[in-house]
Amino acid sequence: MNWYWIDRFTLFESGKRAKAIKTITRAEGHLRDHFRFHPVAPASLIIEGLAQTAGLMFNEATNFEKKIVLGKIPELRFYQTEIVPGDVLEYTAIAEYVKEEGSMAEVSVRRGEELVAEGVLVFAHLGSQFKSKQQFADGDLQDLVRAYGMYDVGVDANGEPLKDPALNV
Amino acid sequence: MATNEKIFATIQEVLVESLAVDPDEVEENSTLVDDLGAESIDLLEIIFNIEKKFNIHIDREELIPSSLFEDAKYCQDGKLTPDGLEVLQSKLPNADLEAFKANPLVQNISKILTVKDLVAVVESKLEQQ
Repeated sequence: MNWYWIDRFTLFESGKRAKAIKTITRAEGHLRDHFRFHPVAPASLIIEGLAQTAGLMFNEATNFEKKIVLGKIPELRFYQTEIVPGDVLEYTAIAEYVKEEGSMAEVSVRRGEELVAEGVLVFAHLGSQFKSKQQFADGDLQDLVRAYGMYDVGVDANGEPLKDPALNV
Repeated sequence: MATNEKIFATIQEVLVESLAVDPDEVEENSTLVDDLGAESIDLLEIIFNIEKKFNIHIDREELIPSSLFEDAKYCQDGKLTPDGLEVLQSKLPNADLEAFKANPLVQNISKILTVKDLVAVVESKLEQQ
């Protein structure tokens, strides 16, 4: 199953902040029923887009060594819910904390200049007790971040371009 | 207001926000897990928010010394040994471990944390500044 809820990163500063865009298209299957003849992007999938933007930022910040899952949404407020095909959403995640056991980001969604939603996401970094559980098939996580353009726009803490590990082999 | 009363008031605010509890439910001796209903992800958020409010850094290890679990001297069959309990008490001098000692299962360790423990950690951090 495809679970791509951002189209690509437009800005990626390792461990600090990330921006990604998502274009809502009429071809998304769920919009046929949400709602019939009145397609509206579900808020839950907008939240998933925010979680992917922030979660992948934390994955990269921890060298892809952690299993990172969205654990809690302490705050999230939508100011606009009428998000329709053709809209381009910009997701922003700003890292507040990145620790061994978890991370927290301030997130927001904009449509052009308009603020659509903003809030806070908390991620759990699962430990050794989850060693046997595979979150991504081998290579899938790297394929995903490559597809999202993390290595096209990403910079490290010194502002140098992020290196795609596949090119170092 | 004495310093630790101020610290308590701020921590109370954080807990009310994170756990959606009433302010009067948050007492010094309330345990975070059993009395206030915190789950492990809440503890993470609470630590982040306390750090932000007081501009301090808290290691989770200072509140939940999980490194003990990896040492066979201190932890066997998922339970802390008498030596482990002794080290735990030394790491959490303010914690009341009596109830935990009856069944010192690793998964129960976060249950011993009280509001008082959070206040004590913040107080000692602020003193070090």
